Order: sequence, then C-alpha cells, then structure tokens
Amino acid sequence: MYQFTIEPLMGSDGWEIAGFNIAFTNSALWMAITTILLAVFVAGGMKRELVPGRWQMAVETFTGFIDDMLEANVGKAGRKYVPYIFSLFMFILFANLLGLLPVGVLGLHPFTFTSHFTVTGVLAIISFSIVLIVGFAKHGFHFFSLFVPHGTPLPMIPIIFPIELISFLVRPFSLALRLFVAMMAGHVLLKVLSSFVIDGTNAGAGFGLLVGLPSFILMIGISALEILVAGIQAYVFALLTSLYINDAENLH
Amino acid sequence: MPQIAQLAETYSSQIFWLLIFFGITFFFVGRGMVPKAMATVQDRNDKIAGDLAAAKAARDAADEEEETWRKRENENRANAQAIVAEAKAEAAATNERKLAEAQKRLDAQVNEAEARIAKAREAAMSEIEAVAVEATQDIVQRLAGINVPAAAAKSSVEKALQHG
Repeated sequence: MYQFTIEPLMGSDGWEIAGFNIAFTNSALWMAITTILLAVFVAGGMKRELVPGRWQMAVETFTGFIDDMLEANVGKAGRKYVPYIFSLFMFILFANLLGLLPVGVLGLHPFTFTSHFTVTGVLAIISFSIVLIVGFAKHGFHFFSLFVPHGTPLPMIPIIFPIELISFLVRPFSLALRLFVAMMAGHVLLKVLSSFVIDGTNAGAGFGLLVGLPSFILMIGISALEILVAGIQAYVFALLTSLYINDAENLH
Repeated sequence: MPQIAQLAETYSSQIFWLLIFFGITFFFVGRGMVPKAMATVQDRNDKIAGDLAAAKAARDAADEEEETWRKRENENRANAQAIVAEAKAEAAATNERKLAEAQKRLDAQVNEAEARIAKAREAAMSEIEAVAVEATQDIVQRLAGINVPAAAAKSSVEKALQHG
C-alpha cells in the first residue's frame, strides 16, 4: 500500500492557505508531470500543417475522437464541451498511463493520483456541476422532468421520481469510485503478484519456479490488461460525462 | 489504505493542486490548443471539399467545351461537304457547257466541210460533164463526121450520167 502514500516534497508540508494544508506532495508532482506532458503532446501537434505529420495526426486523432463522441452522444450542441471532455479524458489517460510506467527501475516512485478518491471525486464533482449548471440554466425547473421518464403513468410518478432522483444523485459517486477502484485494484493486483515473485524466489529455487515464474508470467499479462484498463477507464469517465451532459442538454 | 488513512491531512492539498493543474490543462490545453487543432482539421476538410468541387467544376467545363467543339466540328464538316458538293456541281456544269460548245463547233466544222466536199464534188462533176461533152462531140465527129451542137451533146451526156 506504500505506493498510494502521499508525501510532502521539498519540505512543503507546512504550506497553508486559510488554514488548509496545501503541501506540494508526490501526488501534486505527478499531476504537474501529467499536465506538462499533455501540454507538450498537444503542442507538438499544433504545427497546423495541411498535410499532417505523425505527431499532428496523433493529436488530431484524439481531438477527432472526443469530437465524434460528443457529436454522437449530445449532437451539434455537444461541440462546445470538447475542450472540457478532451482535457478530462487526456488528463485521466495520461495519469493512468504514467502511473503504470516502470520508473521504479530507476529508483523513482511512480504515483497514480487517479487511485485517490479525493482526486477522482473532484473531477466527478466538476462534471456533475457542469451537468447541473447546464441543465438548470437551459431548462430551469423543467430540468426536473428528467426524473419522470416519458409515458410514466400518473400514479407511478411519486414512486418513480425519487428513484430517478437518487440514481441521478448517485452519478458523481459512481463516476468517482469507478475510476478510483479500477486504478487501485489494478495496482494492488500487480503489487500482490510481484510480492509472490519476490517472496517465492527468496524462499528457494523450487518455490521460485513453482510460484514466482507463473506469477511473473501472469504479471506480464496483467500489465498489458492494466494498460487497456487505463485507456478504458479514461474513456468511460469521458463517455459517462458526455452522456450526463446529454441529459442536461436535451433532457429525454 | 492511505487514501482513507491520510484523508484528513491531505484532502485539501489534493483538491488544491488538482484544481491548479487540471485548471491549467483545461484553460491552456483544452481551450487554448484543442480548438486550433480542430480548426486545422476543419480547414483541411473544407479545403479537400473545395478542391473536389473545383475539380468537378473543371471536369464539367471540359465536358461542355468538348460538346461545343464537337458541335462546331460537325457544323464545319457539314459546311465543307456542302462546299465540295457545290464545287462539284459547278465543275460538272462547266464541263457540260464546254462540251456542248465544242460539240457545236465541231458540228459547224463538219457541216462546213461537208458543204465544201459537196461543192467540190459538184464542181468536179460539172468539169467531168464538160469534159464528157467535149469528148462526145469529138468522138461523134471523128466516127460519124457529124458536127453535134454543144447543147444536144450536153443533154445526152447528162442523161447517160444520170442513168449511170
């Protein structure tokens, strides 16, 4: 579990704003690395050439991917959310992938800040706030008709309404917990398997072959799976956010 | 689980730095760069569509040009054929006229020649007659010793000539 520990860096543990601690931690450091790498990645694709190079092609593939997703889920009105959904998707994707990098080989400690529900929670709350703000700004109190699906018989409304309301209010939690749990579970699984490899090998050649080797082979497979999960979780977060925004934009 | 164990002491720094860095990402990358990247894609698509439209227009224009050229070509060919036919007809008419003239001239010459021949023959005949009349007078005088008048000799010679 040490890999999830947050540690203040450079003696910053005393930093405070209005009594709140804002120490620059290893978590903040990896957020900074994510931001810088993402900025460098996108800036590398900003040559704006008519015939794109590989890098520009890669960046345009990502923007086109987000654009298509919003177009498909929200429609024409979805285009104005591309900056937000793109930032969200790329930020989570880069964070997930950077946390999987084997920089431990170099003596550094990789840190996956998306495995902290404080972080995923804030992102989910931002997404949910956008849904609420857009919904109420666009439809006013008519937004509550979201909780009464079309064709609901009148006597059913008192029952359906609270159910729909609760399922709506659960969204930010499910959004935050899904990402946090997926990232944490993957890292814990890799940690457990790697401890099998190390402890098994330390217990002798027999245990090393019997336990360590299969665990190591399994780790290789799980690592590939984790890379997939890193992409899928970022995609799911962005996709669900765009679906929720669709509810706010178009109601039902 | 450090996420829960450290929650009280780290939540504020987590939220603060996340807002800072996600904010940078959103405003700098999301709002600053992404619209430009998408505009590039849009420009490219527009350009491709424009080029395709221009190519289509050029092809249509070429087709039209070819059509008018073909029409003009057909007209020219028809004109040329008309001119050739006219020239042919004219040439034929001229030929005929010249032939007719030549024929007329030839006819006239033939007629003249015939008339000359007839005259020559007549002259020859009258000469033969005169000779025959003289010869008859001479023969009769020598044989019979009769002096035949020229008129009587002439009429009998004419009679004999006519009967062959």
